[in-house]
Amino acid sequence: MELCPLIKNILLLDSEGKRIAVKYYSDDWPTNSAKEAFEKAVFAKTQKTNARTDGVNHVDLLTKVNADAEITMFDNYVVVYKFVQDLHFFVTGGENENEIILAAVLQGFFDAVGLLLRGTVDKKEALENLDLILLCLDEIVDGGIILETDANVIAGKVASHSMDAGASLSEQTITQALATAREHLTRSLLK
Amino acid sequence: MAQPFLKKDDDHDDEVDYSPFLGIEKGAVLQEARVFNDPQLDPRRCSQVITKLLYLLNQGETFTKVEATEVFFAVTKLFQSRDLGLRRMVYVIIKELSPSADEVIIVTSSLMKDMTSKTDMYRANAIRVLCQITDGTLLTQIERYLKQAIVDKNPVVASAALVSGIHLLQTNPEIVKRWSNEVQEAVQSRAALVQFHALALLHQIRQNDRLAVNKLVSSLTRGSVRSPLAQCLLIRYTSQVIRESASNTQTGDRPFYDFLEGCLRHKAEMVIFEAARAITELNGVTSRELTPAITVLQLFLSSTKPVLRFAAVRTLNKVAMTHPIAVTNCNIDMESLISDQNRSIATLAITTLLKTGNESSVDRLMKQITTFMSDIADEFKIVVIEAIRSLCLKFPLKHRSLMNFLSNILREEGGFEYKKAIVDSIVILIRDIPEAKESGLLHLCEFIEDCEFTYLSTQILHFLGIEGPKTSDPSKYIRYIYNRVHLENATVRAGAVSTLAKFGAMVDSLKPRIFILLRRCLFDTDDEVRDRATLYLNTLGADGAVEDMKEFLFGSLDIPLVNLERSLKNYEPSEESFDINSVPKEVKIQPLAEKKAPGKKPTGLGGPPPGPPSTIDAYEKLLSSIPEFANFGKLFKSSAPVELTEAETEYAVNVVKHIFDGHVVFQYNCTNTIPEQLLENVTVIVDASEAEEFAEVASKPLRSLPYDSPGQTFVAFEKPEGVPAVGKFSNMLRFIVKEVDPSTGEAEDDGVEDEYQLEELEVVAADYMLKVGVSNFRNAWESMGPDCERVDEYDLGPRENLAEAVNAVINLLGMQPCEGTEVVPSNSRSHTCLLSGVYIGNVKVLVRLQFGIDGPKDVAMKLAVRSEDEAVSDAIHEIVASG
Repeated sequence: MELCPLIKNILLLDSEGKRIAVKYYSDDWPTNSAKEAFEKAVFAKTQKTNARTDGVNHVDLLTKVNADAEITMFDNYVVVYKFVQDLHFFVTGGENENEIILAAVLQGFFDAVGLLLRGTVDKKEALENLDLILLCLDEIVDGGIILETDANVIAGKVASHSMDAGASLSEQTITQALATAREHLTRSLLK
Repeated sequence: MAQPFLKKDDDHDDEVDYSPFLGIEKGAVLQEARVFNDPQLDPRRCSQVITKLLYLLNQGETFTKVEATEVFFAVTKLFQSRDLGLRRMVYVIIKELSPSADEVIIVTSSLMKDMTSKTDMYRANAIRVLCQITDGTLLTQIERYLKQAIVDKNPVVASAALVSGIHLLQTNPEIVKRWSNEVQEAVQSRAALVQFHALALLHQIRQNDRLAVNKLVSSLTRGSVRSPLAQCLLIRYTSQVIRESASNTQTGDRPFYDFLEGCLRHKAEMVIFEAARAITELNGVTSRELTPAITVLQLFLSSTKPVLRFAAVRTLNKVAMTHPIAVTNCNIDMESLISDQNRSIATLAITTLLKTGNESSVDRLMKQITTFMSDIADEFKIVVIEAIRSLCLKFPLKHRSLMNFLSNILREEGGFEYKKAIVDSIVILIRDIPEAKESGLLHLCEFIEDCEFTYLSTQILHFLGIEGPKTSDPSKYIRYIYNRVHLENATVRAGAVSTLAKFGAMVDSLKPRIFILLRRCLFDTDDEVRDRATLYLNTLGADGAVEDMKEFLFGSLDIPLVNLERSLKNYEPSEESFDINSVPKEVKIQPLAEKKAPGKKPTGLGGPPPGPPSTIDAYEKLLSSIPEFANFGKLFKSSAPVELTEAETEYAVNVVKHIFDGHVVFQYNCTNTIPEQLLENVTVIVDASEAEEFAEVASKPLRSLPYDSPGQTFVAFEKPEGVPAVGKFSNMLRFIVKEVDPSTGEAEDDGVEDEYQLEELEVVAADYMLKVGVSNFRNAWESMGPDCERVDEYDLGPRENLAEAVNAVINLLGMQPCEGTEVVPSNSRSHTCLLSGVYIGNVKVLVRLQFGIDGPKDVAMKLAVRSEDEAVSDAIHEIVASG
């Protein structure tokens, strides 16, 4: 039995099942075509569900009550997922993984992306800020091991980095938007 | 931070497929990567290019070795920039490029500088990058920094070092193990995730030291672990400790159970669930221990969160297999989940209910399932069918509604596997529930009226032929069967002809009508159909003994098909006709790999799986070629080889026991493993003083045994005819040894006589039993009748578990377990095992073993034997009594 909770992959796909950003932490899918096949199958399997959280666009993200994550079993993997607009978020774990831990990772990823995209969570925005999404993935899981699940901390870590580099005027508003996130970060550090 | 890669246009919103990476091309991006070499770095532009590179990699694009190296070197230049955001991207792309060892050296110094930087973000990320790309040699250089980082007061840095430690432990355990003290300190950290990572690493460092893990668990379960994730880990470690220590604390309270139960009241759902699941998975969990866990899971069932409902129902589903009663309390909550929008949850709920449901709820349940079945996939449906089948066997009185349900879904659309699962279920129900027979058969008849699967049609026709004539009104099936002759393909038509013949043979009143139908079949376009019709017309029309005809039509072919096939191939056309009795009946044990093949569930249709080619006829040929043994008659059984020497000795010898009616032949397979020796005139001197009923009659020496080419020598014994005599034989290998010149390979002329002691050999009762399976034990048992039944009870004394006792008895008797009953579910307190075989003298034997285990592992067994000869039934009891 696997003792440490492990994440097999995190996927962010668009409304047609195409990749926006994916990260695999397991050798279960050795080739790109194996990965694509998995993504295709997962996407097809989860299409008819109600994981969609439409209409939460431009809502205050820190107080927003999200729709709950959905879940399915698939080829001996447990997949938890959430959709918003044309973005589909997936987190996969082994068949014996604690479903609630997987859901916590998904929620962390989902909310962090929401914070980083300042509420406009859709494909266009995600692609335009792909660097942030990739950094976000990098901060959530390292080699399958969960690094952080608190969205505020994740977003804080991703955002703080680019900020000190002579933030331009246009970015000041973002700075404010992220002030809350940073505050959360500081608080969690002082705990 | 938000960096649009193309100029933002207002029109973008109208374009559905707008992407900043539209038309991106690898070659162009690689060109762009030249900006990394500019003397005046533009951090923003560099970040953009890295993002594009990462995008390409993420989309599955690959870089050639040269391209990757070029990009890597260019990226290393970016360490000059002091821009935090850019540095962050540099870290990510270095990890993605996974540079080779000689490339790593280029960035090592930059990364080591970052590792000691004052900026937390630099330290944390540099550690992660360096540990991912480094090999063991570099590790010793940075070890000092890593140890410091583990106890760094910034939790992000500490976590980075700890997680890297977990990865490095796989490749460099000896180094990581030296960090024990620092890791232990980190376990006490006030930062939740540091504690989680430290605990994971500490446990992995100590995982092979059971005592240390035990200590770790007992100290932490008393203390306060703050992080929910760390708490989950601790629960997993605790259950591991419980599992490993369970054997010595069988009585009394389970250690650490209180800790697990306490976790059920934790405030984090993931901890509550982890603890509940751990409790349900405890070995031999009692219902008292289960109750609090079930209660918590029950609350989850009505949660608004699908993930919680899924987790709970999945766990309860597993519990229902072993402790159905414990789950009954959740039935009401479970029923409301049948309409859950999440189909995975609904399926799990239904199959759980089918396992736990009571008789009164069956009808209601079936109604709910009917609406549910139409909108789930075949794979889910098969799961449901199987659950329904076992439910029906549990509550035979409910067969009517269950059978109706099965026949309804049989008429709906579905693939082969799904239809087969339904047909198999109906067949099993017909067999095991007599009241369900007539309606079940009619459902099957209706199904073949419109069945697209030839396999299923022929199987059903075959089954109809056996069961149909025994019903109150056999004539009503004839129409269905004869319709097949008109409407189907040749395979099904031939099957239908055989079925008609069976009705004709069994039901005299129908015979004239069957004759008319069969005659019509004589004009069929297919050879096989015509041949069958002709054959049956002659068989049925002949005035021969009715019994013979029935045996011909219904008698099961008790020989494995592969054996029959080989015998037929070996048969040379001659005056003498082929004798089916000459076909060996022994089924070779299948290799394990094949046993694991999909069909391990009891199959409703078809006989036992055909065995792979056996070696028995090879033996038979060998023995009959030796004149001394030619008059011993037909070979009854050959044992598997028994080793008489240890592995890697000078001479390797094993023996095969060949059992004849009045004789036993030992075939000694000898191998000479010394290149410098040639053995001649090899015999085995057998001392049969401990085998009173055996008398040596012949011995066939082996003339020469050169190095590494096996040879055989034989010794034959006479024993009382048909008597299962047992005894012990001691063996001595005797030979003349000659030196061989290794260079020329020539042996010297003079040899020396020598002896070599072999292990003892036993002839046991199981040697007189052939493993011959039956396809339907219940039918075989009933047709054997209770005339020669012998029943007795035995106390098998203390045993480790039931499975061990069952195996011991199976091995003692040497019989074939039927219907998978040799497998004992873990934790079960009682078990029934069905065995069949053929005893010497060609007497069929069936055995029903009922085992029970009570408190301190005392196993009692009830042995019921049926055979064609009461002396044999007694003999079986004798074997068990003396074994």
